[in-house]
Amino acid sequence: MLRLAAGGGAAGALLAACGEPQVVTVERVVTVQVPAPALPKGTLTVYSGRSESLVDPILTQFGDISGVDVQVKYAGTPAMAATLLEEGERSPADVFYAQDPGGLGAVQEMLAPLPEHILNRVPAWARHTEGRWVGISGRARTVVYNTDALSEDDLPDDMFGFTDPRWKGRIGWAPPNGSFLAMVTGMRFLWGEARTEEWLTGIRGNEPIEYPKNTPQVAAAAAGEIDVGFVNHYYLHRFLSVEGEAFPARNYHVRGGGPGAMVMVSGAGVLSTAQNPEAAQALLAFLLSVIGQRYFVSTTFEYPLAPEISAHPGVTPLDAIERPQITPADLTDLVGTQDLLRRLDILP
Amino acid sequence: MQLAAPLRERRRRPPLGLALAAALVTALLLLPLVYLGVRSLESGLEAWQSLARPRLLAVAVRSLTLTAAVTAGSIALAVPIAWLFTRTDLPGRRWWMVAASLPLVVPSYVYALAVISALGPRGLIQQGLEALAGVDELPSIYGFPAALTSLALLTYPYVLLPTAAAFSRLDPALEDVSRTLGRGAWRTFAAVTLPALRPSIAAGALLAALYTLSDFGAVSLLRYETFTAAIFVQYESAFDRSAAAALSLVLAAAAVGVVALEARTRGRARNYQLGSHAARTPHRTRLGRWRWAAMAGLGLLVAATTLGPGAVLLLWLVQGAAAGETLGNLGAPLVNSILIAALAAGALLAAAVPLGVLVVRYPGAAARLVERSAYVGFALPGLTVAIAMVFVGVNLLRPVYQTLILLLLAYVVMFLPTTLGAVRAGLAQVDPRLEEAARTLGARRRQVLWRVTIPLMRGSMLAGTAMAFLLVMKELPAALILGPVGFRTLATAAWSAASEAFFAQAAAAALVLILVSSAPLAFLVAGRGGRGILRSSD
Repeated sequence: MLRLAAGGGAAGALLAACGEPQVVTVERVVTVQVPAPALPKGTLTVYSGRSESLVDPILTQFGDISGVDVQVKYAGTPAMAATLLEEGERSPADVFYAQDPGGLGAVQEMLAPLPEHILNRVPAWARHTEGRWVGISGRARTVVYNTDALSEDDLPDDMFGFTDPRWKGRIGWAPPNGSFLAMVTGMRFLWGEARTEEWLTGIRGNEPIEYPKNTPQVAAAAAGEIDVGFVNHYYLHRFLSVEGEAFPARNYHVRGGGPGAMVMVSGAGVLSTAQNPEAAQALLAFLLSVIGQRYFVSTTFEYPLAPEISAHPGVTPLDAIERPQITPADLTDLVGTQDLLRRLDILP
Repeated sequence: MQLAAPLRERRRRPPLGLALAAALVTALLLLPLVYLGVRSLESGLEAWQSLARPRLLAVAVRSLTLTAAVTAGSIALAVPIAWLFTRTDLPGRRWWMVAASLPLVVPSYVYALAVISALGPRGLIQQGLEALAGVDELPSIYGFPAALTSLALLTYPYVLLPTAAAFSRLDPALEDVSRTLGRGAWRTFAAVTLPALRPSIAAGALLAALYTLSDFGAVSLLRYETFTAAIFVQYESAFDRSAAAALSLVLAAAAVGVVALEARTRGRARNYQLGSHAARTPHRTRLGRWRWAAMAGLGLLVAATTLGPGAVLLLWLVQGAAAGETLGNLGAPLVNSILIAALAAGALLAAAVPLGVLVVRYPGAAARLVERSAYVGFALPGLTVAIAMVFVGVNLLRPVYQTLILLLLAYVVMFLPTTLGAVRAGLAQVDPRLEEAARTLGARRRQVLWRVTIPLMRGSMLAGTAMAFLLVMKELPAALILGPVGFRTLATAAWSAASEAFFAQAAAAALVLILVSSAPLAFLVAGRGGRGILRSSD
């Protein structure tokens, strides 16, 4: 047994990345299986489609305790994916950390298969079917609603309920957003083309207000600009933490399940051209360690994917969400989704 | 030896060094277009065929409508203000000029966020009115009117600066003659002053127009779907770089059209003056009691463009800090922002001078091509140029890829028109006969450049450099994508925080960005010693 102080706790988790298992007690709080050393060295270049304010603290922590010089380039996931595709084999990146599976899917040919000990940290639905990327944290599709105008009982059992004309002018959505597109791809898989088209046409008929992304929708729901918005779950909690419990918006996870209750991941992969694959894998393992997963739970309000960690107490537990059986392999046809949305004139 | 060359011939053919420099800069400017062409044809004509959709036509019409309206609005705001600052006895005009130029330093997405926070549904204004007068709903701010108002308020300084500079350089003798010959004040303004100002107004209006075409931040937040939004959607929805490239080329073509239109408006106007200073100080119209109206109007303008958004940012800062949000360390981003903006302003000036000389002194088909190519990068969304420069960097300029050098080259592509327009306007006011006189008196070409031409156009060059500095300070996509790994600027810090609703962090970065940009702006707009745009005649 090894006793570790606060900073050392993280090191213990990092060691979990590689080598033989030992048992380490981290700050008398958690006990984890910790394999032994071979600490990575050198410089690690990370392309992050997740924003600096969200992930910089945890990436810096990895650098601090491992001694790896972590260099991060931040931009939106689409911009980062386009950059990687232009760079091709000459990319200086070691790791691509994307906001959504779509971004990882776009560059999957450039990613190297990951070792089992990393992939097995997360359930099968949260990683690439061929093991080229792994989910780091989970986010649920949800409906944010204004609590002054509505209570949860007023909300329909599933996403189809929102095609009812009584929702006319009350809905917000963000069609270009990666998570929205993933949901539509999920709809096409679970419901088929015809029913998805019917849903999209129905919602469009209700004249939804279009937002460029999720954050302004949550603000708009609280402001009463819209009554409901189709978003990811964690933006609300960020607002709640700043504005307090009086913030007049809450999440509703559709009780009837289906694609409206999908849980997706943000994830990462290692480039097959990586200069420092050891450090790259160590970073992924660290993000999936107790320390890494706890960070996401407490800071970004996302769902942990590693089994021994539970979600933030303020967030609806994953077990309480009627999420559909769907894997990343079912969500790869983004082009089909784009074509459908273009045909229906929902995307330019 | 060089003196022996006949003047006519010298004017027709540019010197080799100049031609080479201009060719090099032009090649750089056209590289992104080459990339876009290659990428758009990657899968045959598919990307182009996918453009034939009614939605895209509607989007194009919306973009052009907004561009025309914003341009008209920015001229309507800028010309009277420029007149107030240069030709009246408005009290404190030096400071008003700085205040009125401040929108140049405000990133458009920050402005739009502040507008929504203040005027949107359940915004600060509505909440205030509800507490006072029970108003529970304000008219919706989204759509065309909001996009028009915001962009006109953000872009009129592009017209204001060159127009004010032209006003203060304009020889009042011309107007005096017109008045002596019996024309009234208004007719003199219309027949003498305005035509003399027209190249400067047109140069500024062109920038306002192209800024509007390329803007994404403000229009997307204010929910007015333009062509840029369509380009972003191609990247975002299915990572479709071919469709994005094809759309970008259409936008570039629209930009070339706007540039051609401006060139026609500008005509062949040349307004030479002898000497580096106006022969006489113009008289200033006494505003009398009207000065209160003028100051009230300007006060309202400054409140709408700068003080209002500034107050919103401060509120975010206070609210966020009270909720325990940490502000992060802005030291390194601050240094990086200033460094890159200063370097880029220098690079832009270096690129603009050969092009400006070529365009003004050796007009012709080649000069026209060179000049138009300069405007393409400004009209394209920053993300498109950045991705194009990734391609250029990886394939052609590998040693400088992800170094500040490639980023500087990208800024030359993106912002050259600001500097070039100013250099061109300045040169157009330098009478070539002065240069020829210097040559006849035995000065070498280089001496003429440094001792005659540059001193005469210094004011315009500084104005152009200042604009470039401010644009680079707030630039986002190229800094993110092309900067060295780990390179952070104030703009990237503000964006990163705002995109995840960490409003206090975003506000802190944006406020520092605005404050830091204000200092060079103030110096360049109102600096003493004849350096500023407003000459120190008061």
